[in-house]
Amino acid sequence: MGALNAFQILNGLTFAGLLFIVASGFTLIFGLLRIVNLAHGALYLFGGYVGYTVASLTGNFVAGILGAMVVIAIIGFVLDQGLLRFVRGYELRQVLLTLGVAFILNDMALVIWGGDTFTVPVPEFLRGAVNLGGIFYPKYRLFVLALGIAVFILLWLLLNRTRLGALIRAGVDDAETVAAMGINIRLIFMITFMLGAALAGLGGTVGGAFLTLYPSADSEILVFSLAVVIIGGRGSLVGAAIGALMVGMLNSVGQVMFPELAYFVIFGPMALILAFRPLGLFGRAA
Amino acid sequence: MLEVSDLQSFYGSAHVIQGASLTVREKEAVALLGRNGMGKTTLIRSIMGLAPPDVRGGSVKWKGEEILGLPSYQIARRGIAIVPQGRRLFQSLTVTEHLTTLKPESVKTGWTVAKAFEFFPRLAERRQHRGGQLSGGERQMLAVARALMIDPELILMDEPSEGLAPVMVQNLEDIILELKRSGLGILLVEQNLYSALAVADRVYVLETGRVVYDALASEVEAEPDRLTKFLGVH
Repeated sequence: MGALNAFQILNGLTFAGLLFIVASGFTLIFGLLRIVNLAHGALYLFGGYVGYTVASLTGNFVAGILGAMVVIAIIGFVLDQGLLRFVRGYELRQVLLTLGVAFILNDMALVIWGGDTFTVPVPEFLRGAVNLGGIFYPKYRLFVLALGIAVFILLWLLLNRTRLGALIRAGVDDAETVAAMGINIRLIFMITFMLGAALAGLGGTVGGAFLTLYPSADSEILVFSLAVVIIGGRGSLVGAAIGALMVGMLNSVGQVMFPELAYFVIFGPMALILAFRPLGLFGRAA
Repeated sequence: MLEVSDLQSFYGSAHVIQGASLTVREKEAVALLGRNGMGKTTLIRSIMGLAPPDVRGGSVKWKGEEILGLPSYQIARRGIAIVPQGRRLFQSLTVTEHLTTLKPESVKTGWTVAKAFEFFPRLAERRQHRGGQLSGGERQMLAVARALMIDPELILMDEPSEGLAPVMVQNLEDIILELKRSGLGILLVEQNLYSALAVADRVYVLETGRVVYDALASEVEAEPDRLTKFLGVH
């Protein structure tokens, strides 16, 4: 057991950046559609594999990211319009359906890419380390943190500065009333689902470059994302950011100080928060 | 303009609307009265295409077209707006956003944000406040303003006076009368008979899901006893 050093704090922060990217999509879908999308982890992993393949074939990291986002958004579209639309309003059926889809996606990934571990190739300028006042820290992990912050800013602008964003927020508050005002809320649901899925694809590609891709990586990220969203509160972007920071830091603390209790260090505080704020830090009753 | 006939609506196995029929003509203000639990809100929700309830029979015609079974956004787009029970404002939207999400500021026809603020000056002062930060009267004004943004020809108001101070109820009556004068059809759900009579041309009374009384407001004013027995007021 030892104290946290700057390196480990940076590990926590950069992991939080990735967690935010993945969990922001999760919380958007959870907040608006009221669906606990248990396929979100599988979308992350599948997106990672797609990103790996595209990035390897083209030799272009950005192409890998875009390819993964597009493919996962399309899978999100099929999931929402092809399957979930038939069980709208039935929470348990939705959850079970997304769980089933998670199994199918994971098996498909196993068939296509096998059980080997892959690492998404990153461009030359993101390799190596930078010297941060005496600590040599991987450039790529700093890039992930910066990307997480960029995604936060872009999503914040989308939600708070555009009409679509205002409609999404209104839908999180009261989807039925939005529909009664002449807005096709199903279309807003679909766009949000595709956006949330695309964020999982982005997370998979970016995460696949430093956490690597392997079968069962999906459930690990899903459990972390659930913790982020539960701590932050359903549908709250700021909540997801704070939740990601907490989970990222607690994960570092856990790994360094209490390696045998790593999960407890995350889920213990989560349970404590829920005891006092059952809707999460920024959650609101429907 | 709106013709509801023999409507049958259910909440689960509870048969809440049992063959209700009513009409609202163009530019007419109609009050729908009845005690709590008689199905007034269920009837409004059925017209608006909101589920629950589950509508299993009857017809709702709008300008001759059957609108039963259409999604509620389609019904709204045909010109029917709702001021829902309990206002149902969007907690995370500002006053201005409540209006601009339904009609972008670039659209200059019909009800615009500027016109709404002119009609409800109080809301203009509160434009940056969020739904949850408004007083009861302001919330009600915003719920009405929001409904107007879709340029309706008919507005369904479900107990707009509920929870308002007497002076605000008076203010609301004035607003409804002004909307009526502007040519808007109104179907007003009320528990308060006198509030309803202040604005309505005609009155329906709903009891256990059926229309049991139907009269001109002037007839009711001449002979209020015939109506009050249904409402349990004396």
